[in-house]
Amino acid sequence: MYRTIGDVQKAVLSGETVLSIAQAYLQRIEDHKHLNAFLEVFTESVLENAKKVDEKVKNGTAGKLAGVVIGIKDNICYKDHRVSASSKILEGFTSLYTATVLQRLIDQDAIVIGRLNCDEFAMGSSNETSAFGSVENNWKANHVPGGSSGGSAVAASANLCTITLGSDTGGSVRQPASWTGTYGLKPTYGRMSRNGLIAYASSFDQIGSFTNSAADAQLIYELSAGEDEMDATTSSKEVSNDKNAFPEKLKIGLISECVHHEGLDPEVRKNLSELIQKLIDAGHEVTEVSFPFMDYMVPTYYVLTTAEASSNLSRFDGVHYGYRSQDAKGVEQTYVKSRTEGFGTEVKRRIMTGTFVLSHGYYDAYYTQGQKVRRVLKNRTDDFFKNLDLLLLPTTPGTAFEKNAVKDPIQMYLQDIFTVHANLTGNPAISIPFKVHSNGLPYGIQLMADCFQEDLLFHGVKKLEELL
Amino acid sequence: MKITEELIDHIAHLARLEFKGEDKVSIQKDMERMIEFVDKLSEIDTENVEPLIFMSEEVNRLREDEPKVTVTHEEALRNAPKKDSDYFRIPKVLDK
Repeated sequence: MYRTIGDVQKAVLSGETVLSIAQAYLQRIEDHKHLNAFLEVFTESVLENAKKVDEKVKNGTAGKLAGVVIGIKDNICYKDHRVSASSKILEGFTSLYTATVLQRLIDQDAIVIGRLNCDEFAMGSSNETSAFGSVENNWKANHVPGGSSGGSAVAASANLCTITLGSDTGGSVRQPASWTGTYGLKPTYGRMSRNGLIAYASSFDQIGSFTNSAADAQLIYELSAGEDEMDATTSSKEVSNDKNAFPEKLKIGLISECVHHEGLDPEVRKNLSELIQKLIDAGHEVTEVSFPFMDYMVPTYYVLTTAEASSNLSRFDGVHYGYRSQDAKGVEQTYVKSRTEGFGTEVKRRIMTGTFVLSHGYYDAYYTQGQKVRRVLKNRTDDFFKNLDLLLLPTTPGTAFEKNAVKDPIQMYLQDIFTVHANLTGNPAISIPFKVHSNGLPYGIQLMADCFQEDLLFHGVKKLEELL
Repeated sequence: MKITEELIDHIAHLARLEFKGEDKVSIQKDMERMIEFVDKLSEIDTENVEPLIFMSEEVNRLREDEPKVTVTHEEALRNAPKKDSDYFRIPKVLDK
C-alpha cells in the first residue's frame, strides 16, 4: 500500500515497476468496491500507460509523477473516456479532450486510474445526490464521506489512489477532506484552469486536490496551477515557489463568529481552543477579528451559484449530447422531457431557484443584491489580510453524519457554513487533518490566505503541523 | 414570499423543466423555503456598493484571431443521441 507520492517514488527508485504499482492499486480498488467510490476504473488504459511510463523510467526520461496514480472526480474530462457528473443526463458521454489541469499531471507521467463518484453536478454536501448511489465513508460504515467530491475523498483516504482531484465550489473538496482525514486544497480563484471541468458555478468553481500529506498537496498544486489559454479567467500571475521567504512567527486571525459558532461540536470547539493556545505559546500572534456575516454567507452562495448553474446547465438539452427522452414529440418537448427525466431532484431544485433569482422582477432583489453582498464580503476579507498572514477556522461544524440523516435541503446547505467563505471571496484555503473525534470519525481544520498566497498557506500548514 | 403554482409553472417553463402532481407540491414547498432562506440578503445595507461581477482581475485578454480546428465535425457529433453524417437530428418539429 502506498500513502503518498513519496512512497510511490521510493518504490520506483528501488526498482518496482510502474505496472506493478498500478496493478497493486487496481487490486486495492477491487477489494474496496463496497465503498462505491469509483464509477469506472480505466483498467485497459491504466495498464497500457503504465507500460509506457516504465519505458520512460528505463530510459531516464520519466516525469516527476512516474508511478503516481490519480483518480478524478466524475466532472473532470479525460479524452476518450466517459464522464457523467454522476448524472443520468450525461449517459454515454465521452470526453473530446482532457482538462488542462489533468493534462499537466499526465505530462508528468501520472496515470489516471478511474472516475470517482460525486454529488450530481457537484451539487450536494454528502455525495447522496449522485445518480449512481452514495459513497460509504471508509472510516465508519453507513456514514457519508461529505460532498460533493465524496468519491475523491474516500479514494484518497483509503489509499485507492496516490492522489485524487475534486472540484470545490462551496467546500466540495475541503468539507469531505475534513470528514475523511485527508488534505483538501482549494486554490485561489483563477489559479486552476477550469478548461475541461464540467461547470457548476463558473465564478466559484476551482479544481482542488485530495492528498495524504501537505507536501503532496503543494507538489500537485505547483505542477497543475497557472495560466491557460483555454480559460480566460486564469490568472497571468506566475505560480511562484518561494518556500523560504516567510516569517517563523505568523500573524493568525480567528473569526470570532466561527470559533464561537453555536453549531460547533463541543469537542471540536475544545480542541480548537487548545490549538489556539499552542499557537500563542509557540510565539505566533493570534488575534480575534469580527466578520458579522455568518448568517448571510450560505444564502449569498445559493443565490449566486444557483443562478450560474441554471445558466450553465441550459446546455443539457437532449439534442447535442447525453440523455434524450424517448417519448418526446417535437423539439420543445425534447428539451423539457429530456431535462425533467435526466436531472435529479437537487439539480432541478437549484436550476429552479437560479432561474427564479434571474427572472424578470426578481433579478435586482436577489441576483444583483447577491453580487453586492459578495463585494461587501470580499472587501472585508481583503482588509483582514492587510494585517494578517492567515485565517484559522474550523472546516466543518462536526464530523460525518449517517446516511439519510439530513433530509432538509437547508440543513444540508449549512454543512458548508465554514467553507463557502473562500469561494465567495476567491481566497485559497486548505483543510488539513486535525483530530479523530471520540465518535471515531476524523475532522479537519482550515487555513485561508490572501489571494495568490498559496505559498504562505503551505508555510502556515507546516507551522501548524509542528503543533498537532 | 408566497410561491404560487402559477409562478412554479412560469419558472419551470423558463428552465425547460416540468413538474406534475407530487413533484410540483414538493418543488413549491422547497422553493418557498429556499427563497425565504435567501431573503436574508435584503438585511445587508448595500447602498453605494457596486455588484461584484468578475472574480478574475484579468482584463481584455486579447489573442491573435487565428483559424484552427479545435473540434472536428465528427467529434462534435460523436456524443449526439441522434445524428446523421452531417447534422444533429431532432424529432419532427410539427409532429404533434
